[in-house]
Amino acid sequence: MTSSYAPAAAAITQKGWPKAHGWLLARRMTQISFLLLFLAGPWFGLWIVKGDMAASRTLDVLPLTDPYILLQSFFAGHIPETTALIGAAIVAGVYALIGGRVYCAWVCPLNMVTDAAHWLREKLGLTKGWPPKRELRLWILGMTLAVSAVGGTIAWELVNPVTMIYRGLVFSLGAVTVVIVALFLFDVFVSRRGWCGNLCPVGALYALVGVKAVLRVSARNRHDCDDCMDCYAVCPEPQVITPALKGLAKDASPLILDRDCSNCGRCMDVCAKDVFCFTSRFHEPPLPYPVTNAPRKAA
Amino acid sequence: MSAANKEQGIPGISRRRFVADTAQTACVVGIMGLTLGIYARQAKSMPATAIRPPGARAQDAFLGACVRCGMCVRDCPYDTLRIADLGEAVASGTPYFVAREIPCEMCEDIPCVAACPTGALDPGLTNINDAHMGVAVLVGHETCLNYLGLRCDVCYRVCPLIDEAITLKTISNPRTRKHALFIPTIHTDKCTGCGKCEKACVLEEAAIKVLPERIAAGKMDAHYRLGWEEKAKHGGPLLEGVIDLPDRVPGGAGP
Repeated sequence: MTSSYAPAAAAITQKGWPKAHGWLLARRMTQISFLLLFLAGPWFGLWIVKGDMAASRTLDVLPLTDPYILLQSFFAGHIPETTALIGAAIVAGVYALIGGRVYCAWVCPLNMVTDAAHWLREKLGLTKGWPPKRELRLWILGMTLAVSAVGGTIAWELVNPVTMIYRGLVFSLGAVTVVIVALFLFDVFVSRRGWCGNLCPVGALYALVGVKAVLRVSARNRHDCDDCMDCYAVCPEPQVITPALKGLAKDASPLILDRDCSNCGRCMDVCAKDVFCFTSRFHEPPLPYPVTNAPRKAA
Repeated sequence: MSAANKEQGIPGISRRRFVADTAQTACVVGIMGLTLGIYARQAKSMPATAIRPPGARAQDAFLGACVRCGMCVRDCPYDTLRIADLGEAVASGTPYFVAREIPCEMCEDIPCVAACPTGALDPGLTNINDAHMGVAVLVGHETCLNYLGLRCDVCYRVCPLIDEAITLKTISNPRTRKHALFIPTIHTDKCTGCGKCEKACVLEEAAIKVLPERIAAGKMDAHYRLGWEEKAKHGGPLLEGVIDLPDRVPGGAGP
């Protein structure tokens, strides 16, 4: 029943456990920090941030708004006040620079739930399960906007588990837990990385926001790649790796430019050969790439 | 994927597959959309006891404007406002209050409206006395103590707009034939719907309740005119030469 799912094994031997989990730990700390910022008010009376993931006010000055929710509001026929517009512009602007789906990997509270589900799924050795297409989330995104327009209401917020989990924690709502549990079970037993990778329209919109993001992962040392496939095993969107990692023969850029890459950095953690690194989309040597090291070992 | 097949030069299969795939996805998403749409429509209905915060836009517009951030709830100093949990009759994540539990204290600076980033609570509302969260209605004519001829008056006394939103209308008590009934009478245009009257009602189940305006208030047709008002405005009869016959009063009383 159990499988030997240990994609970081080689990296741990090579670099040691902390280095093989550095980005993962950084991400968890960021996610928890965001959560604590929101919970410090209701739990400890320390009001740094008010509100939740949908809209918030930091230190009574900085407004932040979820651009996706505001977009639905537009479609529903409401022109929001300036505060919300500024908030959404700030959020969209930041993610446009650092990668839209950085939200998914570094901020979204559901990431811990779905990552845990994925871990359990792999430990149980379950097959891929229901494979919906990755474009499905774009269809769902379009659908939510259409329902918002037809119904004159912010449709997705009625069921959105991403904002629900924060709302549930910040305002102590019990019933939303059911949705989180359902989602966990869905990702474990129904579809591998099903929610974040195929269905969630929030991630789909953030991906579109970050389509020209500056911060990107590069497979700069791809000539060192020994095809261990560990990066594919940990990557939540493994299809983004191939064009960059396997592009050496085609003189393709080593930059992972796919909008679905969430800059989670897990590929860097598990790579024993240190193939990957963070870089800017403008910071790569011009084509063709110099093959510096010795030619690849024969398989 | 299907687009890639097309490029690889197997047009027959890839076209068929592309159409089938698209139809499949469209149907799945269509069913999701339908379900969500029906749910969204049902979410628009509100229980009559749930009152939106001051300045809230009409229910239809409100659900298109409220992003469910809960900042109005957070800034309410009296914990009047609460946020709807999943599965409640009120749309999940939206703010409301139940007057019988904690009514609106009508803060002068209206912190809930100030907190709203989107305008779901209208920032144009600057005087809380202009709020129309709902309208109080004396629904329990058989149980209201004042209706029974007693002097409870509690709803009238707690009203922040005493003698404006609630007045006491005296009529003869037909039971004793010598006392008066002091009927609490709500003036819809002044009532803010704060719910202090409902909260204060001494009965086990409040005889006075705040209801949404669409349920609680009647509306005259636009062309209706009240003769006596028109007459007063005009400063005399509107038609000259109409003979005013004496009113017939039972028992031959009268002027």
